[in-house]
Amino acid sequence: MRTPRRRRALALTAAVVGASMLLAGCSGAKPGSSTGDATAWPVTGGVHEQLWQHSFDTWNEANPSAKIDAEFFANDAYKERIRTAIGAGTNPTLIFSWAGGTLDEYVANGNVIDLTERTANVVGRVLPSVAQAGMVDGKVYAVPNGQSQPIMLYYNTELFDQVGAKAPTTWSELMDAVRKFNAAGIAPFSVAGQSRWPYLMWIEYLVDRIGGPEVFQAVLDGKKDAWSDPAITTALSDIQELVKVGGFGQGYGSVSADANADLALVYTGRAAMVLQGSWVYSTFKADAADMVAAGKIGTTTFPTVEGGKGNPANIVGNPSNYWSVAANASPEQVAAATSYLDQAVFDDDYTTFLLENGGVPPVAGIEDQLAAQPDAKFLTLAYGMVRDAPSFQLSWDQALPPAQAQALLTNLEQIFLLQITPEQFSTNMNATIAG
Amino acid sequence: MTRSIESGAAARRRTGPTLWMAAPSLVLFGLFALLPLFGVIALSFTAWDGLGTPAWTGLSNWSRVLADPAMHNALWLSLVVVVTAWLVQLPISLLLGVFMAGHQRYRNVLSILYFLPLLFSSAAIAIAFRSLLDPNFGLGPASGIGWLSQDWLGDPRLALGVVVFVIAWSFVPFHSLLFQAGVRQIPTTLYEAARLDGANARQMFLHITLPQLRHTIVTSSTLILVGSLTYFDLVYVLTQGGPGIATRILPLHMYLTGFRNFDMGGASVSAVILVAVGLSISLVLNRVTRSNSMDSQQEGL
Repeated sequence: MRTPRRRRALALTAAVVGASMLLAGCSGAKPGSSTGDATAWPVTGGVHEQLWQHSFDTWNEANPSAKIDAEFFANDAYKERIRTAIGAGTNPTLIFSWAGGTLDEYVANGNVIDLTERTANVVGRVLPSVAQAGMVDGKVYAVPNGQSQPIMLYYNTELFDQVGAKAPTTWSELMDAVRKFNAAGIAPFSVAGQSRWPYLMWIEYLVDRIGGPEVFQAVLDGKKDAWSDPAITTALSDIQELVKVGGFGQGYGSVSADANADLALVYTGRAAMVLQGSWVYSTFKADAADMVAAGKIGTTTFPTVEGGKGNPANIVGNPSNYWSVAANASPEQVAAATSYLDQAVFDDDYTTFLLENGGVPPVAGIEDQLAAQPDAKFLTLAYGMVRDAPSFQLSWDQALPPAQAQALLTNLEQIFLLQITPEQFSTNMNATIAG
Repeated sequence: MTRSIESGAAARRRTGPTLWMAAPSLVLFGLFALLPLFGVIALSFTAWDGLGTPAWTGLSNWSRVLADPAMHNALWLSLVVVVTAWLVQLPISLLLGVFMAGHQRYRNVLSILYFLPLLFSSAAIAIAFRSLLDPNFGLGPASGIGWLSQDWLGDPRLALGVVVFVIAWSFVPFHSLLFQAGVRQIPTTLYEAARLDGANARQMFLHITLPQLRHTIVTSSTLILVGSLTYFDLVYVLTQGGPGIATRILPLHMYLTGFRNFDMGGASVSAVILVAVGLSISLVLNRVTRSNSMDSQQEGL
């Protein structure tokens, strides 16, 4: 009895361990994408999913000889899968990305091709600052395919009327409002702490307002001790002060952005404000249609910080999502993919579809079209923010290489949980630059 | 594990079918367990970001990972989870199993209720608990019971306890089932004899049921210890290792290092450590209990 049981236990252990690594690495991807139709793996969710589905359907109908097969993936699943797929050569023709650090790595590894010659038309259609994010060393490696997503401040106007406050335009007004809401027993801000990335929006804006875009650029450039910049430590202290005075209420660490619980807190009147991307407007519209229709969900820009060096018109967020073309695709696939990008992306139909579904197309000269939409107020604000921004900082977790981005998320979460000091944060993050 | 089964097994082994009968499972085991295992060991000596080609770096991953405070934290948390999971799950499953093997009224209905969590997928369990434990929209605010509205998964001091609780909730049914089967194999003559000698229920439990369940306890403990060491999906969906690093146990640390940081070398080191620790635990457990396992527990019956 002994031997078989022991062997079984051994086998079980090894199988469990092996399986856990396997499960993570395994993919059911169609192998060898370099034959047949061009392929694309867009990401699910919101207006973009409808837009890309619509766009590929329209394209495939009009161009049966240059078809693109789309297979949709959930956001996080995609991020993990595309990496292994590219490594194994089973990637699609069109590679979806948020540009930034990931795109730099693709270019450095020769995974994607230079599109400069073949995408002049589409690049000419979009706003320069948005097209810029898809370029590496002045060459186009990625083409914008979605709405611009600046981070903005959403607030519940009913609650502001109730406590007699107005939307904060400066950091001290913001702190005043926090005190008023706390006195009224309302959480001033909602933040989806469990998802971690919403914490980033706070540090991104505060650092930009206090020290300007140069501070984070130094981090990107890998300058030694760049995370010790006084603008960063001041921003972190401000965040911790806000936490300590109850700026985020109770239990923000359990709130998840996946289920839009952070927004629900605002429209159900439990929290007054939330700092979130422009993409959540459509969620407000779907989940709290009455409030939005009655104009009770206000939107504004992030407050200025007194004495800060950053231009108040600077914004952070995602300039857009992007398509790149894989280097391992066949010539036919490349031809189909590039002609799709150049002709169909942000053509009139594409832009109109995005507009009518509440998106903000990063396309030049569409002010009149925006003003004619039912959500003109929000759209015009978001569009104006993007058009007039001297600097549009890509979300830090996308801009940084993956390992640094993960360290950033973990350390920032510990800042919000008051587990580490700003100085410890700087030390921990500086270590990722040296490494 | 009665004698009849043991002697039956022994008899089959003597006359024995050929070893070829084991070939299919050995091939599968080699293909899906051994091969990846060697792959992981090889990867642990390389630097690979998942995109380029792995570059040989010798022992640098090992020295880096072993000196990493995040790794120490992950090892410590795994140890805490393994020990507390065992302390929580074993007594509960034992008592539930004994109860389920009895003849009380409504026992079948209750047994089915206890059994239910085993039928759910761990992802579903994790998502359900995440919603239930939500301090703003979960069970606490809905029921109006104040103390339920804690920041269960967002407070670093509470999160690990919650994780252990949810793991226990989903695995206790399985172990109860083991114990139920174990109890049903205990000959009733033992209890009859004890009753004649005037033993009460507590004495019968301590002196008959528990000793007779010894092998079931060993099996169940091995599964709990090794299982909670490699436990991944529930924690991943429940907390993603957060808040901060409060629930970043070793398997999760391995996964996040590999598929978020794209540091496959470092992740492979964690994986090899996991294999080594898991194997050691099950070997030690079997060694410790070995001297007993050939003895019959039912001599004289």
